[in-house]
Amino acid sequence: MDPKTLLQNFVNGLSLGSLYALIAIGYTMVYGILRLINFAHGDIFMMAAYFTFFFVTLTQLPWYFAAIFAIASAAVLGFGVDRIAYKPIRKAPRISALITAIGVSFFLESLAVVIFSGIPRSFRTIFPQFLNEMIILGGHMEVKYGQEVILGGIRFPIISVVTLIVTAVAIVFLWWFIYKTKIGMAMRSVSVDIPTTSLMGVNVDRIIGMTFALGSALAGVGGILWAVRYPQVWPYMGFIPGMKAFVAAVFGGIGSVPGAVMGGLILGITEVMMVGLFPGAAGYRDAFAFFILIIILSVKPSGLLGKPELVKV
Amino acid sequence: MRKLVLIVLVVFLSVSAFSTIKVGAILPMTGGVAAFGQMIWQGVQLANELFPQVLGQEIEIVLLDNNSDKVQAVNTTRRAIEQDKVVAIIGQVISSNTIAGGTVAEESGVAMVSPSSTNPLVTQDRKYVSRVCFSDPFQGVAAALLAFNNMGAKNVAVFVDVEQDYAVGFANFFKDTAIELGGTVFYEYYKSGDQDFTAQISDALSKNADAFFIPGYYQEIALIAIQARQLGFYDPIIAGDGAAVPETIEIGGAAVNGLYFTTHYDSGSPAVTDNAKLFVEAYTKKYGEAPGTFTALGFDTYLVIRDAIERAGSTDREAIAQAVRQTKDFPAVTGIITINESGDAIKSVAIVKIENGKFVYDTTINP
Repeated sequence: MDPKTLLQNFVNGLSLGSLYALIAIGYTMVYGILRLINFAHGDIFMMAAYFTFFFVTLTQLPWYFAAIFAIASAAVLGFGVDRIAYKPIRKAPRISALITAIGVSFFLESLAVVIFSGIPRSFRTIFPQFLNEMIILGGHMEVKYGQEVILGGIRFPIISVVTLIVTAVAIVFLWWFIYKTKIGMAMRSVSVDIPTTSLMGVNVDRIIGMTFALGSALAGVGGILWAVRYPQVWPYMGFIPGMKAFVAAVFGGIGSVPGAVMGGLILGITEVMMVGLFPGAAGYRDAFAFFILIIILSVKPSGLLGKPELVKV
Repeated sequence: MRKLVLIVLVVFLSVSAFSTIKVGAILPMTGGVAAFGQMIWQGVQLANELFPQVLGQEIEIVLLDNNSDKVQAVNTTRRAIEQDKVVAIIGQVISSNTIAGGTVAEESGVAMVSPSSTNPLVTQDRKYVSRVCFSDPFQGVAAALLAFNNMGAKNVAVFVDVEQDYAVGFANFFKDTAIELGGTVFYEYYKSGDQDFTAQISDALSKNADAFFIPGYYQEIALIAIQARQLGFYDPIIAGDGAAVPETIEIGGAAVNGLYFTTHYDSGSPAVTDNAKLFVEAYTKKYGEAPGTFTALGFDTYLVIRDAIERAGSTDREAIAQAVRQTKDFPAVTGIITINESGDAIKSVAIVKIENGKFVYDTTINP
């Protein structure tokens, strides 16, 4: 790879990784508080993209209202999923909740196929076009096919910058929410000991429901930004991003928010670099991400920034 | 009471079994290539409305969704044959599905006629699987002629979907002709469902590609086109019949303007048969817009199967399968269909361009 392509691929990776990072934050937060891997995260992500699409096309609302409604709907959906699917098995072993999460994921995908049909919808006209304009560093002007165009240069879309900013805002917000509010304090308490928290007069079910709502809202933000970058919405769009976010969260140390962001960025960059260095192996890029997961789990199971879990004796 | 219900049900089922001829339609109504399935289904339904009967009986279409998936392609074929007792099958749509489902049709001796699977393996060593479209050895030649002769490309990056038999085969046939024409070709790989192609495009740009050829399906074609334009690729992008659905334009937007692709039929091309005129009129009357390529192929597949049942003179599966293979000079929408001994139809390739968000017919390349 020549230096220019290397740099461009680094930027490509950063742009993809910023989306992984944003999705991974919600994943890791829910795990950090509830010790549940919420496999339905990627499907809430998909639902939020559909909600935005339909809010805009059916009600003709401006895109920002639609996005807010969609994020709120994703939160309600997350809360509802917890009430219907996870609450009845709260006292069951953790593995039951994990299997239920996989079931919820399949259910949401199939539901989307039935309600929204399997045909991809174009997200292109939903959000303002300037978000997909490119920022070009360097390059030179040239006339091609009768048009003046810029050739070369290092390029990245405005939406990737927006994604990074949103991710930073989400981290600060989460820190404030978890460490500075009463609900956040209750969440931290739930993460340590549920029965004792309940004895302190905290409505544990409500707190867990709110954790899911918050995680789902973050998935919703990710879903919308993803659909802006890759402008099609379809029922299985959340599957691979959800899996990648899971890898990113484990990579960074599951439960750690800054770790998830680091994991997402590193995963995005390595994935793109791997395709750039070995173009012939591009078909294996997803396999590569899971290969990284296996390596991490065997070398450092607690991840980059994770704390080793104490086993109570 | 239960007995009564059972008797009524048995009587009803046997009556319906005697009064209709069941033809299966196994299409991807959901999943990655759902747009093809939905369009073909429109065509099959329209043909069924216009020509509902054969041998004095109603034709009943049993629609099964294969979810664009190879495993489901096999399951649905088995279901159509064993449970729904269809006499012949319209389907399947993408090559990988027809290759998988075709194994079952072959074992059971039921005719499966694909509207649109172009990979040679679809009919290779098969007696019961046929198609009403051209196959990729010819489409590859047409696409290479388009790229190297018409558009003057010299060094083409080919984006290959490693999961699809169609894409791998089509890319290789394209490459063969490209070398004959004195051009160079290199491959970039991806797989169905990928959404980020920036690494492959950056690689293609660093290798100075002067055209992109994407022998894949519409979702990826649209995304590759968008990202290629974003990364500063202004040269021609060429695709195959996988681009011939409105979703390519809806998702791709301005990025697919100027995209050329090879396809089976365009309603803007001069009508060659009475059926073509009838089809365009009936479709336009019903939906208020011009019909698409895959709708025409669905329409044709239904007509070919109906014609075969008529010539077989019975609903015997074996007789129908034989009759399908003897289809000769059938005046269909997408051309005159003759199915040769290998189960393929020899047809011309239409070249279509996307201009200002619309499909515009360009030329026809004859075999």
